[in-house]
Amino acid sequence: MPTDVERWKSEVYGNEIREHLLEFAEQGWDTIPEDERDAWFERFKWWGLYHQRNGQESYFMMRIGTPNGVLTPGQTEVVAEVADEYARGPAENPIFGNGYVDWTTRQSIQLHWIKLEDIPEIFEKLESVGLSTQQACGDSWRNIVGCPVAGKDKHEHVDALPVAMELNETFKGNDDHSNLPRKWKVSVTGCREGCGQGDINDLALEPATKEIDGEETRGFNIRIGGGLSRNEPRLARDIDVFVTPEQAAEVSGAISALFRENGDRDNRYNARIKFLMDEWGAEKFRNVLQEEFVDFELETAGEDLRSEYSYNSGYANGGHADHVGIHEQADGNYYVGLDVLVGRMGVDDTKELARVADEYGSGEVRVTQRQNVIITDVPEEKLDALQDEELLDHYSPDPHPFMRGSIACTGTEFCSLSIVETKNRQVRYARWLKENVELPAGVEDFHIHLSGCTASCAQPQIADISLRGMKTRKDGEPVEALDIGLGGGLGENPNFAEWVTQRVPVDEVPGAIKNLLANFEERREGDETFREFVARTDEEDLAELVEPEETSYEDPMMHNTKRTWYPYAEDDSMDASPAPTHGDGTPIASDD
Amino acid sequence: MSVSLRVLDDGAWVSVNDAREVSVSELWRLDDPSFCGCELPDFVVENVLDVGADGRTVSAKVYGQCIACGHAGVPGWVPVGRLREGEFVDIDRERVVLPVRRGDDSE
Ligand code: HEM
Ligand code: SF4
Ligand SMILES: [Zn+2]
Repeated sequence: MPTDVERWKSEVYGNEIREHLLEFAEQGWDTIPEDERDAWFERFKWWGLYHQRNGQESYFMMRIGTPNGVLTPGQTEVVAEVADEYARGPAENPIFGNGYVDWTTRQSIQLHWIKLEDIPEIFEKLESVGLSTQQACGDSWRNIVGCPVAGKDKHEHVDALPVAMELNETFKGNDDHSNLPRKWKVSVTGCREGCGQGDINDLALEPATKEIDGEETRGFNIRIGGGLSRNEPRLARDIDVFVTPEQAAEVSGAISALFRENGDRDNRYNARIKFLMDEWGAEKFRNVLQEEFVDFELETAGEDLRSEYSYNSGYANGGHADHVGIHEQADGNYYVGLDVLVGRMGVDDTKELARVADEYGSGEVRVTQRQNVIITDVPEEKLDALQDEELLDHYSPDPHPFMRGSIACTGTEFCSLSIVETKNRQVRYARWLKENVELPAGVEDFHIHLSGCTASCAQPQIADISLRGMKTRKDGEPVEALDIGLGGGLGENPNFAEWVTQRVPVDEVPGAIKNLLANFEERREGDETFREFVARTDEEDLAELVEPEETSYEDPMMHNTKRTWYPYAEDDSMDASPAPTHGDGTPIASDD
Repeated sequence: MSVSLRVLDDGAWVSVNDAREVSVSELWRLDDPSFCGCELPDFVVENVLDVGADGRTVSAKVYGQCIACGHAGVPGWVPVGRLREGEFVDIDRERVVLPVRRGDDSE
């Protein structure tokens, strides 16, 4: 039986949702008929609006898709202005204030506390500079990710940017591909470092070389079915297909059509293409693709560059693990990658970012899959002055490894699925670790990723230290806890973390990391990396090296933060919530 | 009176008549030693899989784990609330011991 969601999608979905959305915005949130709310909120996702969790009814998270993470000159300023004007909530975040921008792990932008009533103005502002929320959530082509310095990188194999942009043009708002069984995440990589993270996407185009008619042709190998969510992480599988940049859109469309026709619409838990891949295997997948969806002979896979991949790899093979720092571009200018702790930037800082990018670079800003931002196209002679800007004191191109390595998802602050508080906690962790823990000599990259639940938005399974939200009891009281995983990383031999120590009370996690690092230092052979150390150590031994412990770290959010309407509100009880509210923020009386 | 019961946002919560009533991350005491061997599994809800009504009782199938022993899985149907004249009436799920009904026969 098709699910309710499929039924709603068959009634109204895709582009046509917009007119309804704008009409509801005009009339007010409370004019959405009560018995249609579930349906409309599900549909609104397609236009980038995700209803925030309980206690925050009538407020939305808004996602803006920036293909390949590129914000063209002028766009960053508009994002900052929109956040300033519309992304302010009824309560303040103690670390980030009120009004901020989240740079996400899929190179997108998220704003919170958005009111439906403001959507027409927001859309107008965003669209005036070519930004869009279309398909940022929902069952369709999501924001296309890739190497954030595509087209600028010195060591690029193929320029993937035109391909990513062509896919974006072709499949955004495309009625043939707007209603898929489930989300569709695509990655296009052209560089040698693997920073498109194809392995964890539904469809991955990865750099390769193939001899065609006696000529060395550069293009992409195709992998299918990666993803991290729901305790069922999968690496994308090689389907033995090579495409030229010219064929990329056609074949990607064919694969999306295959998914549209064959994905499971009866069970949303089984709908992602990774499960179809489980069922079919790569060979059958290729055969069906060739026979039913493509009308020319597909090439077999070319030679790939996976042995050179360094991004999020945990290996020190000379390549970059992220884009932080100052790096020369192919054209002789420089890009400057700034570390944004847990990806969140206040509106004033975002305005500054826009100004600085404009003054020293071309005005372009790019977003990475490590929740950081890059200012591109800076001439060498402006580098010194750029580094003197105050903005770079807070968002450093040369941060401490614990700052640089931190990623955190949204968590109980706004997200329905969450089990624990995340972003603020990861900030507290990083600051405490920086003050209290020495990294072993020479360790410059050390990644700690915190996700509030198994959906894995923070990509915990590919970090040095993987943290995932849980609960436990401490002195009989329920407290927020984290599972600790080790051994994850991408690179030539990608691997997902094993969850070696489970349900550690959140106030004992910094101590656990400290002890683990001390144990690593003691047992380290030569200058091996943490991932290499973990790989050669038994899982049981590893569990013993974790040693959770209370330290001087104090966690103000041990209680059930999901039971609050907003964890940081002065009166955080559900009953104190102002939501739902009218467009102007005044509460809607329940008998209204 | 018809009541709409559904699981939304990828198993984040149970919707009753288009309102969010039961959310993941709750901690339940289950009267179900067969789940993991603990006498009263101390069960954290991670994902709602299904919801149904049996007479006036609304029950859910959920995925989660016992935080005492770590066993993860899907217990039987767990009552999460009641219907009174088509309205959902909450029970204090985190403070009472919840009975668990085996079988796939809800609705
Ligand atoms: C209000 C609720 C939610 C918020 C605020 C949220 C936040 C995020 C963020 C910030 C990202 C990275 C950005 C991006 O996709 O562009 C992300 C990615 C992701 N989200 Fe969520 N999310 C929410 C709900 C969900 C739900 C319901 C699922 C259900 C399975 C989910 C699964 C994922 C996964 C799996 C990823 C990326 C990891 C991968 O590569 O597979 N999220 N989410
Ligand atoms: S990982 Fe879970 S808690 Fe974090 S944003 Fe994603 S769905 Fe929410
Ligand atoms: Zn148990």
